Order: sequence, then C-alpha cells, then structure tokens
Amino acid sequence: MNRSFHKSQTLRFYDCSAVEVKSKFGAEFRRFSLDRHRPGRFEDFYQLVVHTHRLTSTDVTIGYADVHGDLLPINNDDNFCKAVSSACPLLRVFVQKREEADGCNFGAGALSRKRRVLAALREEGLRRRAPPAIGLPRDFRPVSSIIDVDILPETHRRVRLYRHGCEKPLGFYIRDGTSVRVTAQGLEKVPGIFISRMVPGGLAESTGLLAVNDEVLEVNGIEVAGKTLDQATDMMIANSHNLIITVKPANQRNNVVRSSRTSGSSGQSTDSTASPHSLPPAHVLQNFHPDEMESDEEADIVIEGALVPQPAPRTQLAPPGSLTRINGASLAYRLNRDLTLSGSGREGNGSIHRLLSSLKADPRHSLALPPGGVEEHGPAVTL
Amino acid sequence: MMKFRFRRQGADPQREKLKQELFAFHKTVEHGFPNQPSALAFDPELRIMAIGTRSGAVRIYGAPGVEFTGLHHDAATVTQMHFLPGQGRLLTLLDDNSLHLWEIVPHNGCAHLEETLSFQPPSRPGFDGTSTLPSLSRVTVVLLVDAGDRAVLGTEGGSVVFLNVDTLTLLEGQTLAPDEVLRSLPDDCRCGKALGPVESLQGHLQDPNKILIGYSRGLLVIWSQTARCVERVFLGNQQLESLCWERSGSTVVSSHSDGSYAVWPADSGSALVLQPTAATTPYGPFPCKAINKILWRSCESGGHFIIFSGGMPRASYGDRHCVSVLRAETLVTLDFTSRVIDFFTVHSTRPEDEFDDPQALAVLLEEELVVLDLQTPGWPAVPAPYLAPLHSSAITCSAHVANVPAKLWARLVSLGEQQSPQPTSSASSWPITGGRNLAQEPSQRGLLLTGHEDGTVRFWDASGVALRPLYKLSTAGLFQTDFEHTDSLVQAAEDDWPPFRKVGCFDPYSDDPRLGVQKVALCKYTAQMVVAGTAGQVLVLELSDVPTEQAVSVASMDLLQDREGFTWKGHDRLSPSTGPLPWPAGFQPRVLVQCLPPAAVTAVTLHTEWGLVAFGTSHGFGLFDYQRKSPVLARCTLHPNDSLAMEGPLSRVKSLKKSLRQSFRRIRKSRVSGKKRAVNASSKLQEANAQLAEQACPHDVEVTPVQRRIEPRSADDSLSGVVRCLYFADTFLRDAVHHGPTLWAGTNSGSVFAYALEVPVVTTGSEKRPERAVEAVLGKEVQLMHRAPVVAIAVLDGRGRPLPEPYEASRDLAQAPDMQGGHAVLIASEEQFKVFTLPKVSAKTKFKLTAHEGCRVRKVALATFASVVCEDYTETCLACLTNLGDVHVFSVPGLRPQVHYSCIRKEDISGIASCVFTRHGQGFYLISPSEFERFSLSARNITEPLCSLDIRWPRSTTCDSYRLQESPKLSQANGTPGIILAPRSCDRSPSPARSKGAGDTLEPSEATLSPMSVDSATSADTTLDTTGDVTMEDVKDFLSSSEEPQKNLRNVAQDEARACTILIK
Repeated sequence: MNRSFHKSQTLRFYDCSAVEVKSKFGAEFRRFSLDRHRPGRFEDFYQLVVHTHRLTSTDVTIGYADVHGDLLPINNDDNFCKAVSSACPLLRVFVQKREEADGCNFGAGALSRKRRVLAALREEGLRRRAPPAIGLPRDFRPVSSIIDVDILPETHRRVRLYRHGCEKPLGFYIRDGTSVRVTAQGLEKVPGIFISRMVPGGLAESTGLLAVNDEVLEVNGIEVAGKTLDQATDMMIANSHNLIITVKPANQRNNVVRSSRTSGSSGQSTDSTASPHSLPPAHVLQNFHPDEMESDEEADIVIEGALVPQPAPRTQLAPPGSLTRINGASLAYRLNRDLTLSGSGREGNGSIHRLLSSLKADPRHSLALPPGGVEEHGPAVTL
Repeated sequence: MMKFRFRRQGADPQREKLKQELFAFHKTVEHGFPNQPSALAFDPELRIMAIGTRSGAVRIYGAPGVEFTGLHHDAATVTQMHFLPGQGRLLTLLDDNSLHLWEIVPHNGCAHLEETLSFQPPSRPGFDGTSTLPSLSRVTVVLLVDAGDRAVLGTEGGSVVFLNVDTLTLLEGQTLAPDEVLRSLPDDCRCGKALGPVESLQGHLQDPNKILIGYSRGLLVIWSQTARCVERVFLGNQQLESLCWERSGSTVVSSHSDGSYAVWPADSGSALVLQPTAATTPYGPFPCKAINKILWRSCESGGHFIIFSGGMPRASYGDRHCVSVLRAETLVTLDFTSRVIDFFTVHSTRPEDEFDDPQALAVLLEEELVVLDLQTPGWPAVPAPYLAPLHSSAITCSAHVANVPAKLWARLVSLGEQQSPQPTSSASSWPITGGRNLAQEPSQRGLLLTGHEDGTVRFWDASGVALRPLYKLSTAGLFQTDFEHTDSLVQAAEDDWPPFRKVGCFDPYSDDPRLGVQKVALCKYTAQMVVAGTAGQVLVLELSDVPTEQAVSVASMDLLQDREGFTWKGHDRLSPSTGPLPWPAGFQPRVLVQCLPPAAVTAVTLHTEWGLVAFGTSHGFGLFDYQRKSPVLARCTLHPNDSLAMEGPLSRVKSLKKSLRQSFRRIRKSRVSGKKRAVNASSKLQEANAQLAEQACPHDVEVTPVQRRIEPRSADDSLSGVVRCLYFADTFLRDAVHHGPTLWAGTNSGSVFAYALEVPVVTTGSEKRPERAVEAVLGKEVQLMHRAPVVAIAVLDGRGRPLPEPYEASRDLAQAPDMQGGHAVLIASEEQFKVFTLPKVSAKTKFKLTAHEGCRVRKVALATFASVVCEDYTETCLACLTNLGDVHVFSVPGLRPQVHYSCIRKEDISGIASCVFTRHGQGFYLISPSEFERFSLSARNITEPLCSLDIRWPRSTTCDSYRLQESPKLSQANGTPGIILAPRSCDRSPSPARSKGAGDTLEPSEATLSPMSVDSATSADTTLDTTGDVTMEDVKDFLSSSEEPQKNLRNVAQDEARACTILIK
C-alpha cells in the first residue's frame, strides 16, 4: 500500500515528481518524500507518519505550513492532496498529540503564535490550565455569497444570503427613498427602495455585503421598481429562506473589479451598458437557476401521525431521534445533509428537535389518541 | 433555454382565445343602500326615483331590477335633483353651485345614464365688461316650469333667474331681481330690509304663468310672469323654511324655523296682501326646531294630508329624526333612527284629476329608505324590494350559497313572509314601478348570507340585480344579555305625546358585542346551518316550518387541553338561557358548543352527511358530533411562546411587553428623581405630563420615515396558532387503497393538520347514522416551510376537480368524484399555492405568488367558469384576491396564472376583507358599510341590470318610445376606480387585442354591452411574469395542459351537473 512513499529516496536524487517532507514531532525530525502527482490517501499518509515517528499508540493530529506560513490541518484526502501539491519545495509537517493539539488553533499566524505560546508555556511550567476542548472544524457551510459578478454592471452587487439552518436573524430593514438615474432626458429622480438599518449580529450585517443606504434593485431576480415598500417586504420575506438581492451599494469603492472582458466565461458579460439599471431578465435566467435555488429550498415537513398500523411493508417506523423515513434517494440525501448541517452546531440535533416539538407542541393533542401515542412510535419525517 | 420555450405557452393563441371565452372582468351592480345619500327626486309619470349622494353619485331606481347609475365628474355633494317629468331626464344641483343635466340615453341600440350638459353659473359680474351675463350668487332652489323647458333658479342674493333646460343657458332679460319685487309691493309691506335668499319656489299645476316665491325673511309673493308683477303678497313674520302650493292653487302652506306652519288662502277675493287662515306650532308651546319641509296633499275622500319633517320640541325631543303625518285628527310622528334627508309622496299628477290622493309616502333617511302605504288604515310600512339597509347592524361576515334547491328556497321565502307580512292588496304594494326588467329569470338561485354584529344572520336573494331580503335569523334569544328589556322599558317610559312610532330597521347599536356572528355555513340540502360567534359560540341550527318550544343542548369544549401557563383576559363566554325556549318557525337552534377560552371563532365547517361540525379559534380547533351531541376531538394549536393569543382581544391594543416597559420606566424615573412621590394632584399632573411627553417622542426607530423589517416568519410569532381554515373531505389519507372521511385544519403559522375520521356508515334507508362514536386519528401534519397563514384547503379528485359538497354526490346532484385516480390536496397560503399528492404528501405543483408579485393572498375560492361560446365547456379555476385588491385566476391543478384584474383599491382594507366569491365566478365586496359591489370574473355568468323605460318625451319625431337598455356600468358610482378593461400586459401583446380593449372603454359598442357576446370579452392576455419560477411541475403542467381541453370536452356531459366546492374563508 505504501508504494507511493519512496522512503529510501534521498534529496540527491531530486526529481520533480518527488516532494520532500520534513515531519516534526516535538523536537524530533523525520524526513521522507511523497510523489507529487500521486500522493495517495490520507489514511496511508497518517499511518506513515505515525510509523516513522513511532507513535502507534497515541492519537495525533497532523498539520502543515502552507506557502503563507499558516498552519493548516491535514485530516482528509482533500487537504492532504492540497498540502502535497502546494509544497514548494519542502512540505513541513507538524505532528502533535491530539490532547495537546486541542489547545492550538490552525489558521493564519498560528505558527508564530504557537511559538510564543510554547515559549510562555515553558516558563509557566506545570501551572498551565487545560484549555477548553474545541474540536477541529469538520464542515463548512456558506452563509452568503456574491453571485453573477460576470453579468452585472460593476456598480451592482448581487448578494445571496443562505438563511437555511442559520440561527441568526436576517436582520435588516428597508425604507422608501429616491435615487437619481441617468436617462435620455438627463438626471431624473425616481422612487427606490433602500436598506435603512442593520440589526447588530444579524446575518446581513455579519456578511458585510450589505450596508445601510444600499439601493435594492431586485429580489430573487424580480425588479422592485414600481413596487411598493410593502410589496418588496413581502417578496423578501417570501424568499427569506434563500434571499438573493441585487443592490447598488452606497459605497462604490469596494466593488468587484472584473479583470477583463475577454477573460469572461462567455459573451454574456457584454452587459447592459445601455440601461444599467434595468437588467435584462435573460441574464437573470442564465445565471442563477430557479430549479437550483429550489433544490435546497423549503421542503415542507410532513409528520406522519400514528395511524393504525398499515399493511404496507415499507412503513418501518424508525427509532426515535433518527429521522430516516426516506422517500427518494435525492431527498434522502438532502435530508441527511441538512440534518448533519444543523447537527454540526453546538446543539446537535437540537434545531430539528425544536422544530418537531413546535409542530406537536402538545403531545396530548388528540382526544382519540392514547396519551403519548406519538412518542411511542416516534415521529418519522418525510421530506 | 427550456424556460423560454415554456414561457411562450402563455402566448399560445388557442389558449388565449379560450381565456377570452372564459374570463372577463366587470363590476356589474351595487347592492344595498347608497352610502351618504344627500338628495332625492321622484318622477311621478315614469314612476322612477333618483337618489344622489355626497360623493356625487346618482342612482335611479324603478321596478325591482330597473337601475341606472351615474357619477358626476366632481365628487361634490348632490344637493338637489329634479326630474323633467316623463322625459327620463334629471337636473342635478351640486354643492359647488353647478347644474348638470342627465339623460337616460339610447346609444347604438343600448342606453345608459349619461351626463349631457353642465352649467356653472357665473359667480361674479363679467370682469371683461363685455359679458352681459348677470351675476349669479349661490343657487338655493330650482323649479322646473313649462313641462321642463325652463328652469327657475332662486339664489342666495334674492334674485330669480330663468334657464333654458335644453341648452342649459341663462335666459337673459327674464331675471327677477329682488328690487323689482320690492317695487311692486305696497308701501306698508316694505320694511327697508333686503328680502333675503330665495328659500322656496313653487309652480302652479294648472297655470304655469304663476310662480310662488318665498324669501328667507318670510315674505311670500305670487309672481305673474306675463304681467311681470306681484299678484298676491303674504307677509310672514317668521324665517321661512319650506312652501307647498296646494293642487288647485287656492291654498298655500308655509313652514317656519320656529317649528310652526301657516296656511294661507291664495284666491280669496282680490286683496293683494293676505293674512294666514291658520298658524300652528304642532309640537308647541315650548320652543321647537324648524320644520324643514312641508307637503299638503288633498284627498278625494275629504280632508287633506299635511306631512312635515322636524318641528320637534327642542328640549325634549330635539335629537329625534321625525316626519309627522297629519290627516284630520290623526297625527303620527314617525320616529326614525337616522337623519331625514328628504321625502315625497306618490300621488296623482295628471292635471285633469282634482285631488292628489297620495298613495304612499317615501322617506329617504341617511341610512335607509322607508315607504309607508297611505291608503291602508294605520299607514303600514311597505317592505322594499331593493335598497335594503345591509348595515342595519354592522356586517361582520358574509357567505354565498349557489344553486339553492327550489325546495329550500320556497321554505325560506314563506318563512320570510311570516316574519314581515307582505301587503295583501296589490294597490298598496311597492309604489315605485317605473321601467321593465328585461333580464332573464336567473337560471339558478343564489343566496347571500350576512352575519351581523347583533347576532343576526340575514338571508338575501342574490340571484338578480336587486338584492332582496328573504329571511332574518336571530341568535340573540338563546343567550342572556344585560340589555334584554331596554326597548320595552323605553317604550313604556314615553308619554303618549308626541305619538311616536318607530319606523325602519336601521339599528346600529348592538346589545352585546359577543353576540357578533363571525362565521356562517349552510348546508343547502339538509337546511342545517352553523353560526359561530365572537364569544366562541358555535350554534347548529335546523330549519323547521313549525314553531317549537325546546331546550337547546349545550356543550363546552376546552381547546387549550390543559395547556399550562396561559390565562385568558378577554371577554367571558355568553351564558345560554336555560330550559325550554319558544322558537318561531325558521332556523331553530339544536346544539350549542362553546369554546374555551371563549375567543372568537375563526373558522367553521359543517358536514351534514357525517353529522359533524368543526370549528377553530385562535387557540385550537374542535370537532363535534352534533348528532350524538358529543365532542370528538379538541386540538390546541398554540405555540408555547405565543402570549398574545392567550390574553384575549382586549390586550391587543397594548402588548404586555410594552406596558411592562412603560411601568419600569416610570419606576426608574421616580427613583432617579430621588424623592418619594407625594400623592397629590400636582405630582399626578406631572406624571401624566411625563407620560404624555414619553408618548410624544417615541424611539428613534419610529422617527425614521417608514421602514419594514425583513425577517422570515418564525414559529413564535404572535397569534400563530389561529386556525384559519377547516375542511372535510372524503379522500385517501392513510393509503392509496382506502379512502375515508378526513378533517383538515390550517393555521396562521403554516401548519396543516389532517385527521382521519372513523364515521359509522349510514345504513341505507335511514337518514341517521348508527349511534356509534366518531373517532378521529391524526394522520398527517404538514409544516409549510414559509410559515405563511393557510388561507384555504381543498382536495382535488383524480381528475383534478374539487370534491363535491356533502350529499351532492350521494343524491346525484353532482358528478361523483373520481376515486380511481390519485387525489391531491391544494393548500393555499398567504404566500403561495401548492398542490400535494395524497396519501403521500409530496409537492406536485406550486405557484409562489408573493415571491413574484409582492402581494399576499387574502381570499381564495375554487370556481367553475363556463365558456361564452360553448355552453358545455367549463373549467375549474382558483380565484384569488390579494392584499393589493387584485383578482388573479389560476388553473387547477396546474396552478398556471390565467388572468388578473385590479378590482379593489388597495387602501380599501374593509372592502378586501369583505370579499366573497361565488362558485360561478362572481364576487361581492363592501364598497361602503351599506353597499355590496358585485363583480364577475366569468365571461358568461354576469348579473347586471337590463331594463327598459318608456319615455314619452319625443326627441325625434319618428318614434315616441325608446326601448332602453342599461349597459354594463362604465363608471363606478362610489368613486372607486372604474373597470380596467385593458390589463397591464396589453403593452406587450400585439395591437389587435389592445385596440379592442381601448375601443370598448371609450366607445361602448353593442357588442361590448351585450354580455353574451364573445367580443365583450376584453380580457386580453394577462400572463403573469413567471421569470425565474419554472420548475419541473410547470413542465408537467405544460405537457398536460394541451390535453386538458380534449379531456374536458370528453367530460362535458357529466360536467353539466358538476359543481365544485367553494372555499369561502
């Protein structure tokens, strides 16, 4: 299995496909090399590191220093490959015992910080207190993004807020106002809708992509021109699970600058210079697809009640807590993903549990039902 | 790429043509009583009556079904109206001193009420010096002379001017200045003062040469136009209010501001100056209010009628609205509940008749029209066939029942006749009989039910143009209220003088607001109904043709289900009267269920076949078996964080949080001040001031102009547990093989609960089902992710048709639902419509209205639309009214937008809230507290006035009589925007459709005005902008929609009898 690791090779036989690895555990160094193009799997690499350092009985975490000198984790195939491919030329690997590693953070400046911390620790000696146990980040979820940069005028910004599964409030207010447009007749004042306030700690504020006095031009691809404040409010709330708003930022200095027109994906980016304020709907359609949007959109939750047992064999009720009654593979996948997403937070499956409990707030909701009937069978969720 | 192809489906010419054959929008007729009437006129020859309103509307009424409507361009109050007798022309005087001439005009074979001329009198002498027109100050009175050729105007300045009516131009040189009158008076009558404004002008029936002029200061003269001199002078010493010249011209009666009237002989001898024969103050001797109008009507049988308004003793009855009718020794003081606007008598006006012989007295009040029969002893009131005061008690809910079986209809009519006996003799029936109703007898009977604040439910015949009251049901008798005997006490306390008689039915004062009716449901086959009210009372009633005396069984249901931590701070429940109670024939209560806590009922549904009634409040919903009189199910829908719902309606004004915050602030303030608060008046004053100041400068949030928070709905929003809709259906909930009774409930927070019901099967031959308990088992709970309130739920059968109503299928009144194909449930929330498959609830089609249009759904109904071209072709569609007042129509189950129209102003919240759809594509909404506007979305099913009027006035020499037809209304009488004939999308669609629509608006052609014509369908393409919402469902829909017409055609034979369920929420 370890064929890809050319342990015996030395640096004198330098060939471009080999990556020199300097692995450090405590004060010990080990050196070996990897094939840059076929680095193999993370598990094999882990075994190799553990073996070379003779650490078979202990749990370790592995990190590496990237080109910027940041300490980044190696804990799956992806970041292992990334680490090997980005090594130039030496791959510096840091091995730590897991319990020790918990104290330090990966990330920018982690290496230098760590040095200082370690220096301090040596002085402090044994009086150090156990740091709070913070696990490694296992999964990430986008909360916002700027989309359609290639087709929008540079003065506009299309922001997507992923509210799904987020505990934060969206957290912004809109108001009526007037904006000045350049038209054939010259400057013209037209009514517009603006962001008036950000709720501190809200999703909108935390993304930094929206700001007070930004003019709202579109909501999920539909222009708000000619719509009242209330209509725009309703449209935003109706789309709040996956809100895409196109704004003209009040602060135009942070705009995304397109590198060049020719490097664009296609000819689409020759966009609406004629009427920069009314985007042709074609652009909207070509870039973010409603189907796509809907895919991770609201799926209404259906809870099967405790009906009389059914003859159909497919109705195997799952044990409580594991929400597994699946209808279709893609849906099942989505459900699982969503559950793990929400489960990754501090509260485990709390959010889904809360949702469920809000649905059947009163367990004794039915006269005809035996008390606790629902709990007995456990709710099965279908999406 | 795909999207563009599918979007083009909207422009499919075949579908467009079909849409035009199915859908058309008209506002057709206003039902009820005009809001804020201000003027009244009657044409005794054509027997038509006109009512003018403060918003400048003119309504003309004749026989039931004969109606004409017009609206002045300026929304000024109509102060006076005068018919040109027999000509179908009407002269109106507005508040802004302008005169308008209206005609019932034939136009391309049809006709409508049209303003032909208007005249604004010059208010100042011509500045340019060239104008010879005399200055005209404000016009106070109008008199038509010479068979309507000339109008005589009395002015505030005291002069009398003449006007050519045909051209509405002043006749110069005929003006009669007050100086000229003064000059011709004897010296001893001149008092050196001006005469004052002209208060009254009266013409002589036989001698058009003479005019009786009354001046405000009290002087009356008879002016001879030919001799241009005063013939008679009557010296009144009181401020003049009104005059009446008796038919033969021998007597003049004048009424005055001090509550007196005087009778003057007009033809005694040759004396120029005459004294009154009699001057009386009828309600003296204490100071009285003015007699505003007086009429003198002679009778062939001897004696005469004196009818006057006002004149009541100022101190004791100054606040009454009275009309007194005096004949010989008989005096009746008609005591009305609202202000008297005007009145007239229906009497003979033919010159050859010697006497007036009044048949009827019509009194226009602020809120109703009352007609008294003067020929029947006792002068009873004549029930009005139209102009019913819908708002006699405020309308709290309404419902429409279509296709009422003839049997139930006949029972209702006969019960109504028992309630208000119809006049026996034909002579004393409704006296305003002008015109002929040409509309066909309605093909089906429609019943409009209105629930009122005082606990009554009124049944209206909504089949035709005239909304006729049928029957009134009162639920107040079942409950003990504090105010029960007040009426009789008041009656007893009153003296015999003046002889008051209560007339009219307008009674806005509710005994107890808890009696208010919130929801009504009627089963038209079993004549059972359920009425649910403000204090959580749910009443099941049954129609009985005989009076009975029986006790009502009372049950109460706790919808909280022992939920802890909530206290109800709202009103108490109503206490029902105990023991057997006498019930008149009609709907008699059988079962009363009271919800606990007694919050207002927000949804109700009835299934007579299963003997079940379901009801919901802001706390939960219940299911009751009214046959066994036992509760089946109670379910609490409250969210634990929802404190608002529990505190009841009183605390809604000020939330607990707010009041807590304020009191904390107050405490903090007092602490900061550092001294103990002395309980004296000054500190209290300070505190009050501080509070005022606090209220006056609110937080900075409220200072910023208008802003809206963007936040998704969450589970703990307040009032999230309100049950918005309930629905019974026989469908597949458990599995795809066995169908059975189900109950569906939807809440404000987007939750849907589906229960499978175990209802014992009715054995054949017996009406009642066996005495076994009904069971309910929770089948499904659906939480809509967007959490918008669920407005309506309906189950669609295998063919995508709504399930029939109870008994419809089992009695072969409707096509049985398709139980073979898979059923689907349509859930309409405030934000989107969604169709889910059954029994496995998975989304099939949807339309996200709010995401696209930014509007929210207010009312929803499934309606059948019949084609104007093909009698048998119908489609079931979803009609929906939004919070912007627009009406949208969607296909079912594809949920494709079909057409949309703007219907109600979006500011008219009560209008939007009151909207009711019928199941054949019509609808009603309140345009004022007293008027329903009727509109139709269907191109075929239109209820509008079609009437003829025989007009004597020859405008062309060739024909004497016009057969006039009223057109679909082109303008709205109440000032709401007119019909939008050309929808928005016309801009995009090719020009033919557009020019058609525009042409129809501007120049009504015959085709437009005949409702059955294809060309009248002016609904050009109104595809909604579906940008960004084409899903797989749409694709499927597209594929199936091309087959739909054929499928429908295949089913036409069955479709005829087929009807759909209407959701009236």
